Amino acid sequence: MRAFLTMLGVVIGVAAVITMVTLGRGATEMVKSQISKLGSNLIVLRPGLGFSRGSMSAPQFSKADVRAIQDQIYGVKSIAPVDTHNVMVIYQQIARATDIQGTTPEYFAIANWKIAAGRAFDAADVSKQAAVCVLGETVRKELFGRDDAIGQSIRIGNTSAVVIGVNASKGQGGFGEDLDDHIMLPITTLQRRISSKRSNQNINQVMISGEDGYPSASIVADVTALMREQRGLGNNLQNNFTVIDARQIAEAVSSSTQVMTSLLGAVAGVSLLVGGIGIMNIMLVSVTERTREIGIRLAIGARAREVLLQFLVEAVTLSSVGGVTGILLAYGLCMNLAKAVGAPFLFDLKINLIAFMFSVAIGIIFGFMPARRAAALDPIEALRHE
Amino acid sequence: MSQESLIELRDLTKTYGKGDAAFEALKGISLSISTREYVAVMGPSGSGKSTLMNLLGCLDTPTAGSYVFQGIPIEGLSKDQRSLIRRHAMGFIFQGFNLLARTSALENVELPLLYRGYPRKLRQQMAIEALAKVGIGDKARNTPAELSGGQQQRVAIARAIVTSPGTLFADEPTGNLDSSTTHEIMELLRRLNEDFGISIIMVTHEDEVASYAKRVIRVKDGLIESDLQTRAYLAGQPTAH
Repeated sequence: MRAFLTMLGVVIGVAAVITMVTLGRGATEMVKSQISKLGSNLIVLRPGLGFSRGSMSAPQFSKADVRAIQDQIYGVKSIAPVDTHNVMVIYQQIARATDIQGTTPEYFAIANWKIAAGRAFDAADVSKQAAVCVLGETVRKELFGRDDAIGQSIRIGNTSAVVIGVNASKGQGGFGEDLDDHIMLPITTLQRRISSKRSNQNINQVMISGEDGYPSASIVADVTALMREQRGLGNNLQNNFTVIDARQIAEAVSSSTQVMTSLLGAVAGVSLLVGGIGIMNIMLVSVTERTREIGIRLAIGARAREVLLQFLVEAVTLSSVGGVTGILLAYGLCMNLAKAVGAPFLFDLKINLIAFMFSVAIGIIFGFMPARRAAALDPIEALRHE
Repeated sequence: MSQESLIELRDLTKTYGKGDAAFEALKGISLSISTREYVAVMGPSGSGKSTLMNLLGCLDTPTAGSYVFQGIPIEGLSKDQRSLIRRHAMGFIFQGFNLLARTSALENVELPLLYRGYPRKLRQQMAIEALAKVGIGDKARNTPAELSGGQQQRVAIARAIVTSPGTLFADEPTGNLDSSTTHEIMELLRRLNEDFGISIIMVTHEDEVASYAKRVIRVKDGLIESDLQTRAYLAGQPTAH
């Protein structure tokens, strides 16, 4: 019983360290995968400054801007303009307001959308201003339920379009928004039939996919310079647009969760230290209680270092068993917590080994002083002890 | 039956403390003990007999003088070396038995062999033999709590002789035992000395117990008061038997 209580400090310490680090890594992975849902090497150009959902007053982008970027910026793999409007769509008795995104076929690859049924629209559809659309899963489910959506005609605003495809579901985004609540159609179609914008500056987002391996920061800098030039912004004027580098954001967020993980791990490490102190405490008590026994061993012919070793081994055994128990406890905790939160459970062998070695080291370090005290006892004195 | 020198003491002195608080427990003891002897050391409390036993048993070091044990001078030895001498050449039994609690008799007897690094099978075998020799082979699995005082002392004696040491040091071995058990234990010790040739050096304050030995050395105020053969000693005692 006493051994169990002594070990408890180490058990909890080891379990805490491993759990913190493992869950932290799971969280980091979850964040990274959320961001990769949005598209890899993604750079987004938006009007106005800041993250607001398209400041309506700031100047939007034109086809000329898109072409300029495509022609002049190095490292651009593909580019797609996006014009988004929130419009009511109707199918039979069901009506729903959703985001209508007018764009080009490149958008699907850039933003990592896969087709689940039917097909995406192509360049021909764009040039023909075809009245076709691709539904997001949420819209499809709401309008069509179990019926087949492909080939049906739905009403979008004051025009209609035929459903030619359905996007595969992505679920929730990093900010909790429903990524599947949208309808995509050719930008030409949208601008002719739905958009009320009269000017040729009617693109409210430009999505750019960078070449693999090419530094996204360079693309961001080049696009910024180009747009400033396009808009005649002198040196003393701010940007009236924003260039968002998704990869940089991903790295920033993941590195901040990593810092958090390290911090939590360090705090848990402190508890492990406290566990070590607990072991030292009990070993000291044990030495005092067993003074007579130590005297007998010394009298019979045990050398000082043999007594030292005996008590050291006891301390290390306590801490190691505590370490293994902590590892098992952490395994159980992590598995259940990860399932509850929906984060992936990544078994990191490295942290488990480190934590175990740490627990052994704790036994050696905190067991040494009491063991040395035992070995230094005078046998005659010790034998007289109660 | 040849006898060799076992213990040679020359002016052995032990002082505790320093300066004004110094206390001379032994003031210069000289004596010789040969192998196969059975010596009783007697004296009033404070006479220095315990100190003498501790020095003879290499549990302590003298302040001055020389102690040669089986030809080996003890003064120059390190703590570790003295431990080794105790381990290989000496056996100890105490008034309070000093067995490890919650440990079986067998494991208690095995203890010195454990420190010698003997393998398990050999240890067990030697321990069982020792227990049989002292007459309690059937109590091997019992813990001290399950044994009588006499039985515990037998276990202690078995532990003391399991390494076949040449010398047994006994500190009031029957102090905690009743008279009939005392007799049994003393008989056992006498047998070990006469039949197996083990030298015994025993501290006691009872003449009755000392009568089992062959030689009685009386210590008083840190010096030897008398050193006689037992018969002569007992004859000179005021309370005659």
